[in-house]
Parts: sequence; C-alpha cells; structure tokens
Amino acid sequence: MKSKKRKPNVAVLRTAGTNCDRETVFAFNLAGARAELLHINNFISSRKNLSDFDILAIPGGFSYGDDIAAGKILANELKYRLKDDILKFIASNKLVIGICNGFQVLVKAGILPGSPDKKIKTLEQQVTLTTNDSDKFEDRWVYLRKTKGDRRNLPTGKAGTKYIWTKNLPEIISLPVAHGEGKFVAKDKQTLEKLKRNGQVIFQYCDEKGELSGYPYNPNGSVDNIAGICDETGRIFGLMPHPERHIYKIQSPLSSLSSRRFEYGDGFQIFINGVEYSRRNL
Amino acid sequence: MIYRIEIHPKAGVFDAVASGLSAGIVELGIKTVFSLKCIPIFLIKGKLSDREIKNICQEVLTDPVTQDFKYYLSLTGEPIKASQTHDFEIAYNLGVMDPVEESTLKAIKDLGIDNVETVRTAKRYIISGALSNQDLKTIQEKLLYNKVIQHIVENPATSYPSQFRQTLKYKLDIKYIDILDASDRRLEELSRRGQLFLKNNEMRFIADYFAKQKRNPTDCELETIAQTWSEHCGHKTFKGAIDYSEEFSLNSKRIKRKKIINNLLKSTIMKVTKKLNKPWCVSVFEDNSGIINFDKDYNVCFKVETHNHPSAIEPFGGANTGIGGVIRDCLGSGLGARPVLNTDVFCFAPPDYEFSKLPIGVLHPKRIMKGVVSGVRDYGNKMGIPTVNGAIIFDNDFLGNPLVFCGTAGIIPKNKSKKKAKKTDLIVLVGGRTGRDGIHGATFSSGELTDSSESVSSSAVQIGNPIEEKKMLEAIIKARDKNLYNAITDCGGGGLSSAVGEMGKDLGVRVDLEKVPLKYQGISYTEIWISEAQERMILSVPKKNLKKLKEIFDQEDVELSVIGEFMQTGRLKLYYNAQLVCDLDMNFLHQGGPKITKKAIWKSAKYSEPNFSCPSDLTDPLKRALSDLNICSKEWVIRQYDHEVQGGSVIKPLEGILNDGPSDAAVVRPKLSSRRGIAVSCGINPRYSLIDPYWMAASCIDEAARQIISVGGSLKTTALLDNFCWGNPEKIDRLGSLVRACFGCLDSALAYKLPFISGKDSLNNEYKMAGESISIPGTLLISAISVIEDTNKCPTMFAKSAGNLIYILGLTSDELGGSVYFKLHNLLGNSVPKVYPQDGLITMQCLEKAILNNLVASCHDCSEGGLVVALAEMAFSGSLGMDIFLKEVPYKNQKSKIKNQNFRNDYILFSESNSRFIVEVPKLKQKKFEKLMKNVNFGLIGCLNNSKDFNVYGLDGELCIQAPIDELKQPWQAPLRW
Repeated sequence: MKSKKRKPNVAVLRTAGTNCDRETVFAFNLAGARAELLHINNFISSRKNLSDFDILAIPGGFSYGDDIAAGKILANELKYRLKDDILKFIASNKLVIGICNGFQVLVKAGILPGSPDKKIKTLEQQVTLTTNDSDKFEDRWVYLRKTKGDRRNLPTGKAGTKYIWTKNLPEIISLPVAHGEGKFVAKDKQTLEKLKRNGQVIFQYCDEKGELSGYPYNPNGSVDNIAGICDETGRIFGLMPHPERHIYKIQSPLSSLSSRRFEYGDGFQIFINGVEYSRRNL
Repeated sequence: MIYRIEIHPKAGVFDAVASGLSAGIVELGIKTVFSLKCIPIFLIKGKLSDREIKNICQEVLTDPVTQDFKYYLSLTGEPIKASQTHDFEIAYNLGVMDPVEESTLKAIKDLGIDNVETVRTAKRYIISGALSNQDLKTIQEKLLYNKVIQHIVENPATSYPSQFRQTLKYKLDIKYIDILDASDRRLEELSRRGQLFLKNNEMRFIADYFAKQKRNPTDCELETIAQTWSEHCGHKTFKGAIDYSEEFSLNSKRIKRKKIINNLLKSTIMKVTKKLNKPWCVSVFEDNSGIINFDKDYNVCFKVETHNHPSAIEPFGGANTGIGGVIRDCLGSGLGARPVLNTDVFCFAPPDYEFSKLPIGVLHPKRIMKGVVSGVRDYGNKMGIPTVNGAIIFDNDFLGNPLVFCGTAGIIPKNKSKKKAKKTDLIVLVGGRTGRDGIHGATFSSGELTDSSESVSSSAVQIGNPIEEKKMLEAIIKARDKNLYNAITDCGGGGLSSAVGEMGKDLGVRVDLEKVPLKYQGISYTEIWISEAQERMILSVPKKNLKKLKEIFDQEDVELSVIGEFMQTGRLKLYYNAQLVCDLDMNFLHQGGPKITKKAIWKSAKYSEPNFSCPSDLTDPLKRALSDLNICSKEWVIRQYDHEVQGGSVIKPLEGILNDGPSDAAVVRPKLSSRRGIAVSCGINPRYSLIDPYWMAASCIDEAARQIISVGGSLKTTALLDNFCWGNPEKIDRLGSLVRACFGCLDSALAYKLPFISGKDSLNNEYKMAGESISIPGTLLISAISVIEDTNKCPTMFAKSAGNLIYILGLTSDELGGSVYFKLHNLLGNSVPKVYPQDGLITMQCLEKAILNNLVASCHDCSEGGLVVALAEMAFSGSLGMDIFLKEVPYKNQKSKIKNQNFRNDYILFSESNSRFIVEVPKLKQKKFEKLMKNVNFGLIGCLNNSKDFNVYGLDGELCIQAPIDELKQPWQAPLRW
C-alpha cells in the first residue's frame, strides 16, 4: 500500500519543440509534487508508464514547430500512439492540464472538452484554437475571470467538482498569453452552448474590472472570450494563458510597485489545486 | 502517384491570414482587391488507398472545426471561372528546406501509414479585383514571395513533378585548380569566379606555398584557405597591422597624430580586459562567447553576432539563421550553455522610404524590417528563448545594407566552462543534414553587396529549422551533464571547414566526407566541406563514450554521425571514399595569409551649426522628437517576441501602468529558485560616428552602462561585448574611423573599469550601385551584461506616485551634435556628446547605492532626445503629470554661437549629454537621497502631479512645454503602430 503522504507524481510531457517544460516542472515541485520532465518517446517505447503518474501536464511551446497547425502533430501522436494509455489515465480519476500549446494539443486530440457520449471511447475534435484575429503572435498580460454566471446551472452538489483547478482563486487574476493561434472556436452553436451550460468554461478574458471586453483584452478574438475550458468532470483542464509564468509576483509587470516581489503570484494556486486534489485522491 | 491536397477555410470562418494579407496589399497602395484566399497545398507522393489519403487529409492536414479539404489525383487545382480573378501558386525553389515537409511525414507515419515517400508544400492564392499586370507583380514580389527562395509555379502539371525528381548520386571527380602557372590576371579571375574573395597578394601567397609542394591545390583546398582567411573567420583587419593617422581640432588648434598599430584588437579592446584583469571573467576572446561568473555553481555566457548581408537579400531567412547561429554560439561555449535570453538590434532605412527612389536590387526597408522581425520571432519563440532587449535605429544610409545584430546569453555549470579536443577523439557531427544551402556564406559576407547579389549569392541564404536546433540543444545538455565529450563547437560561417579546422588546429584532423549525412544526393566533396547548412554542431568524443552518446541523441530524435578523428599530425586531411581530396598544413592554414600593413586616416569634418533661435513654445518640438523613429515606441515589434518564456522575466522590455513604456534594460532570473538575475542592455548611436567615432564609441559604452545602473545593476559586475559594423577596410577613411572608434572603446571602458569579454566585426558593409559604393555609417553596438544579486530591488522606469520628487543626476552641456533635436532641423552639428568618466563613475556608483537602499521609486536614463524625452516617457508610462523647472537643471553652457541667446531652453531640454539619469524619490526619502548624492551634480527639478499634465517651466520661469500626457504618448506610439 502506498503511503497517503507521498507526493503526487506529475509527468510533464515533452517532445520536439516543447518549451515551457522546465518552468512547469518548477511550479509543480514548488506546489508539493514530484514532477518529472519526460520525452514522449519514453511512453511510446514503454520505458515509462503513464499509469505511474497522478497528473499529466502538457506544457507550452511549439511542438513539432506548430507545423500544419498548432499542437496538431502531438495531438495525433497521443491519439494514435498512446490512445489506450491516455483513455485509461482519464478514466481513472486523475488530472490533466494543458497550457497554451498543451491546450491546443488536448483540444485537437479531442481530449477536451471530452466526448459527448462517455461510453464511446473515441477522441473527436469538437472545438479548436485557431489563428489570432490579429494574424500575429502576441505576448501580453491579460485579465481572466472565473466564469461565475453559469455555475448556478450545475446540478446541486456538483458545483464544486468542476472547479478543481481554479479553487480558491480570486475572481479576477492576471496571467500572460504568448501565442499566435489561441482563438477559441467551437464547431457549432450546440457545442458552445453545451460547454457553457455544463459549466465547462473555466476562464474568460476580461478587462481589469472583470467585464468582457474586446481586443487587446481579448487578445485573440476568442468566441465569448473563452480562455480556458475543462471536461465534464473538471479534472481535465486547458488554458491559453500561462499560470507557470506567474508563480511569484516578480514575474508580473507591475511588481515594481511592491517591495515584496517574491510573494506567490496568481498562477501558483492552480498548481496547488492540482497537487492537493491528487494528494486527497492518492 | 502524387496527390494534390488543398486546404480551404470553412465558409463563415474568419480567415485571419487572408485578412492580414489583404491589409498588406492596401499598404502597397493597391485598393482594388475585394477578396483574397490563401490555400495551403500539400503534394504527397506514395502508393495510397482512397481510405488512406482521406484519412491523411482528415486527421493530419485539416482542422475539422475551421477547414475543409479537397484532394485530386491531378496536379492542377480546379480553375476559377470568375472574371477579374487571379489564381496562382507559389512553391519553394528546389533545394530550399521546408521544415513542414518533415513534420508532415512524421504525422502521417503516426497514423500507421508508412508508404508515403515525399511531401512537398506550396500555396495557392486566389485574388479578386481589377488589377493591372504590374499591380499583380507588385503584390507577388513585394508581399507574397522572395525569388531567392521561392518561385511562381508556371504550370503545376509540368513543374510539380520536378519537385520530386531524385538527384543523381555524386561521382567523385577531384578538381585541381591551376594556380602554379597563373598570371596575376588569371589569379584575380579565379578568386572572383570562385567567390573566394581573396586578394591578389593572398592568391600569390597561396601559389607560392603550392609551388613548394610541387603541385596545384584541389578546389577543396583553395576553398578551405579562402574560408579560413576570410574577414568573416580570420578577422584580418583587426588582427593585422595598420598605419594610422588622425587629424582633428581641439580648443581651436588643429592636432595631427600618427601611430603604427600591430594588432588593433590587442591594442584596444583586449587591452582593456587584460589591464582590468577581473577575477570574475572566466573565458574571454577564446571561445564562441565570453563567459563570466554568475553564482557559486554557474557561469553566464554572452555573445552577439551579425547577419547583415543575408538579411539584405532574404530578410526572414537571414535574420532567422542569424539568431539560430548565435544560439549555437552559446550552445558551443565551454561544453555547452543553456540559452536564457536573446537580444536583437536592427538598423534599417526609414520604413516610409519612397518606393520610386528605391535602387534596383534593393528590397524596401519596410519589407526588410517586417521580414527580419518575423525571422527573429520565428526562431526565438520556437526555441523557447525570451527575446528581452534590443533597439532599432533608422537612417537612410542603411538602405542597401541593413544591420541585424542577434545576441544570446546562456548559463553553464562552472566546471563545464572549458573545453579541449584530444587526440584520438572522434569527430562527431550532430543535428541537421547537410545540403547545398549557405555555400559561400562566409566569403560572401566578406565582400560588398551589389545589385546582382541576390542572384549571384542566393545560395548563401538559408532558412532555419528552430525545432531541429531545440532537439539538438536538449540532447547536448544531457550529454554534457554525463561528461560524454571533450569539446564542442558550432558549424557557422565556413561550415565544417571552419568548425573542424578550428577545433583541430593544434592537433590534426582526418575527415571522411562521404560519412556526412546529406539532405539529397549529388553534392560534391567540396560542397559538403563548406556548406553552411544550419543546425549542426561538432563534438570531440572519446571512443568509449560513443555508444552512450548515441543513445541520448536517438532518444531526442537527433541524427549523429562519426565523420572522422582528431590525430596528432598537424595536418588537415580530407577523404572522399578513401581518396585524398585535401591535405593542408595546419600551421600554414591558421597562420593566415601575407602580412601587409593597411593605411588608415581619420580627419574630423566640419558640419554646419544651427542658425535658428529657440522657440518660446517647445511643446511641438517635443512631440516631434517623441515621434522620431529612433525614439518612438517599438511595441509592434516587442509584442511579437515571446519575452517571458522560461519564466525568468523581471524587468520587461515594456514597463508601465499599461505595460507600454520603454524600459532601459532587461533583467532576467535564469534560475527560478534564486533571486539573482542578469541585466542586459545595449548602446548604439551611428549618427555620432559621423562627427567623431571616438566619442560615438565612448557614448555607446556610457549608454550601455547607465542602462544597467537604471535597473539596479552595478558596474562592478558588468562586462561588455563589442560589435563593429563598418565599411570596406581597404578604404583608408573607413578604416581610419574604425581605428578611432576602437580607441574610444579603450579609453572609456578602462575608465569605467568594464572589461570586454567577446566581440565580432562585420566589415564590408557597403552597397555598390551605379559604380558608386555607399558605406553604412560606422556602427558600433556595445552590449552590456551584469549580474544582479537581488532582483527584488530592481527599479522600473515609469513614474510611480504623485507628490514624489524628480531629480536629474549629471551635468547637462550644450552637446547637441548628432542629436535628435538637430535632426529635426536637418542638421548634424559638431558638439557631439563627450564622456567624462570621473564624473560619470561617481554618479553611477551613488545611484547604485541609492537603489540598493530603496530610495528610488523609478529611474530612467537620458539618451536620445535628452532629458525632456526621458521625463515625458516616465510621465506617460506611469500615467502621471509632472511639473519641471529648467533653472534647477545643473547646466554648463558653452558659449552659444547665436547672439543674445546664451541660455536656451531647447538646448537644455534636448542636449544628449552622457551620464545623466532622471530619478523619482519619495519626499520622505529626500534627505537621505540628497546626502548620498553630495558628490554628484544633481538638481531637484520638479515633482509628479495628479493632473496628468506635463508642464515644463523655462529658465525665465515661463511655461515652455504644456501638454496632457496622453497628447505626448500618442505621437510616441503612432509611427510604428502597424
């Protein structure tokens, strides 16, 4: 029997063109996990086993150069080379987070927002993250609000579970985005409505007061300002902004207004949430 | 069988790419286009079932939410029948690498489909609107493609199959070049035709050497010598002898001086380092970059390179491979450093340059700028290295020859900072494959550009593959940490020739060229040896480690090949299928060509002085200065770079309440668990160089130093890099001004006690047209790097709080020569800013202390545009107003040339005197701050207000500038907000 006290194991998945891997490992370790940076070849060759991990994190970057479309080739690799492992992982109450390129991968592999029919074990893409309306890569800090309006639509008692990753966060946080293909689009109206109804929209871009607003507040033209979504259980979470770049306040742009710049920043709680959920469920 | 696949946007989906291109067409002045489609084409060769090809289209090539696909068994798309519709396709030239092809092949294999042989890509454009043939040509040539790397497909049915043609295997045919009996004219012709860029006396020197060997050289031997002796690799100007004389006026006396310099580099730049002998300088001027100490476990390395000529003819590829190259310099330093930041500095002609005045063969500066920025963006972002600092200088003289400086800093464990290849070590080539790309890059950059450069030297241009380099980086760092190799270097200019030759010069080398993995067949032994194909590095590996090394590289999907061995022979021996194709004495090769003394003269020129009087209202001149291209916001560029990846960003390139103010220097924490950081900054001002390169160099050093101080750094831990970009050193005036600049570096760096740790020169930055050779202004880039102990204390440049006091530190003099203010009046002037290091040093040391003692709320250095531009930037970035009183500015007035106007508000406001800072101090800390500054020339010149008005009171106490801060910010942001 494993001790309840052990640190949750996090696999930070890496391949050609992954970039934000080391800071993601740092964030998870700081939050109390045992994070390991692993090339996807380790799993394909069965040198490592996904089921030994409690959290799968797919970090940002340009996997395979974002050739063809951002995240597409890694998404296919997961879908075709690691399908059984991934489906098993998802089914076993474990956590997945995809940040930026990782979010693009989850969406294009059909892992997010998740299959409409839970019994069918297929992975089919239902939403996408496409070229920014500005047709440019942009690095800027944005405000995000946790979606609140839709929460009352959740069945009673379930409200908490969807927000595993965003628990205890303030209503408005600030994180940086850095991408060229982050515009969220759903394949049709029903899909979008269902996401909203289900409370699967986790973050929306907003202005400093929390109001939904246009460019540059919505940096890419995402439909309904959607910046992050989860699956129906709340365990699989993807977002375009980078929480691993706001672990300490000193990483944020207005930190020179304060003299305590090494306090934790807005993004850290997300990693804490993941680690604590896993620890409770070990 | 070849399939043609087209990817179309779904109806109703916003097409951002098409919208971006449409905007680009309007910018060209063509307003008749009403619709545009850009359709990616994939050509796939292989035996595939219908189900398989559909599967590939659906699963790999299309985004089902936003795109549809069509596939054909023919090579031609469906014709468009609408009138006024222009339908054409653009493909890469044969031999140009398209990284998408490789990843597409991989993705198809992931589906379990193994019988696809080759993938090619192209783009189809369907443009609707009334366009003349000329309009269409303009759109194609100025926006959609560059003929150096791409072409318009005349007829898809006949021309696409050639994209799949296999090239023939190369059959060995050793070529000897007859130079033993050649006349001078023949030697000249051989050098020119072979693009060797060797001078006649050098050719003669080579002929004499081979006469003693009683044989003619092979083409490979001659190429190797040309590469090694090129200005690019050998730096013969900086290391050769110079007969220098200078002539200038001082206190109305004409002074003439003469000097024989044996080695310019050793007598100026390196002399500073040697004299200062800083214990924290770990490796200087010996490795691919300079290395200084960071903390108890790590060192930090820094290098800046230029990639000017390739960027002039193919801006994207040129800048792309420029940044790729300098990243490899970092990776090839010591036993390999992990890159933590990039810098970039560009010099272009103004982006609004009139199209009609553009010389033949020259790309428009706006296109160059957009291409260069995209190239840096693509490579830097994809490598996951934040681009954190830079500058852009605009001047007409960069029209034919833009400058592109790229820098990289990295961290490296202390015990991995030195290297040495050992005899019997294997020569291992890792990374990308070798093709014909980049042949003659090193020699090409050692000559002048001409209007036919784009056709003659197109093979010198390459496109990078950042993902290949990223894979290689990860593999190398892993192998480094397991101590699997003794030395490493990158394949840059000169390719294998330079990398292997350099690494083995104290030993001896044997290489079997047929072992080098190729992109395609048909490449000769010489081409393999001198190709500058990107993303390759050379390792020196003990035989026993080869197996372990290969395991690591296999895991990262990086190719590794043993191509030879280092041996104690003192000779460079190259074989192709066991046939000797090159056999040179390492001493002959590396001792360089004939020693000659170059002549250099610098004479100061006299420029006209202003004859206008000081306007009473200076609000408008301030707005115009803020709109000057060299001062205005570069946000459009900066946002396209990921300047925060790796999470270490502390001081960002843009700072302020709305994150849009211009920061002085960047600060990055390379170790996320530590408070320690590094600051990087840059000093550059080619306009000063026209007046006096000595003071230009001194000013650049002062600027780089004060930017470091502004963000909380200390001169005690600051090191410098020099990058000289100059004209043709064979011309005595060009060389004269270069020498003069070097002495400026020597004196100022010594006085500030700042060692140089690395540098690079790029000479021959001239553009020949209509028989006349136009040189760039002598341009020196000084990059500074500094270790900061506690980044918690780093101040930013934007105003923080109403009621806080505003100080100026440092003396203001009438130094407007080369200033932006004079440029507004189309003047250069003569009173170039000088550097007084005794004063500058005290100012900087006291300010450093004040920052450490938390007395400073914000700090901004005064540079181009003078103190008023610095003040305005602080105010609008902090969204606060300011009241400023000029009579409080410490001011040393030199006798004005204009009658009855000895004191001019405009001169005080816009003078660009060095060593000055604007500092914001809370009232509560006034006493402490002033006490600390008692030995500094300082003035309490005003305070911040809540009104959002920027007010400046002149020497007579009357308002001379009054404007709401938004009205100052707007002209500052407008010019480059594209």
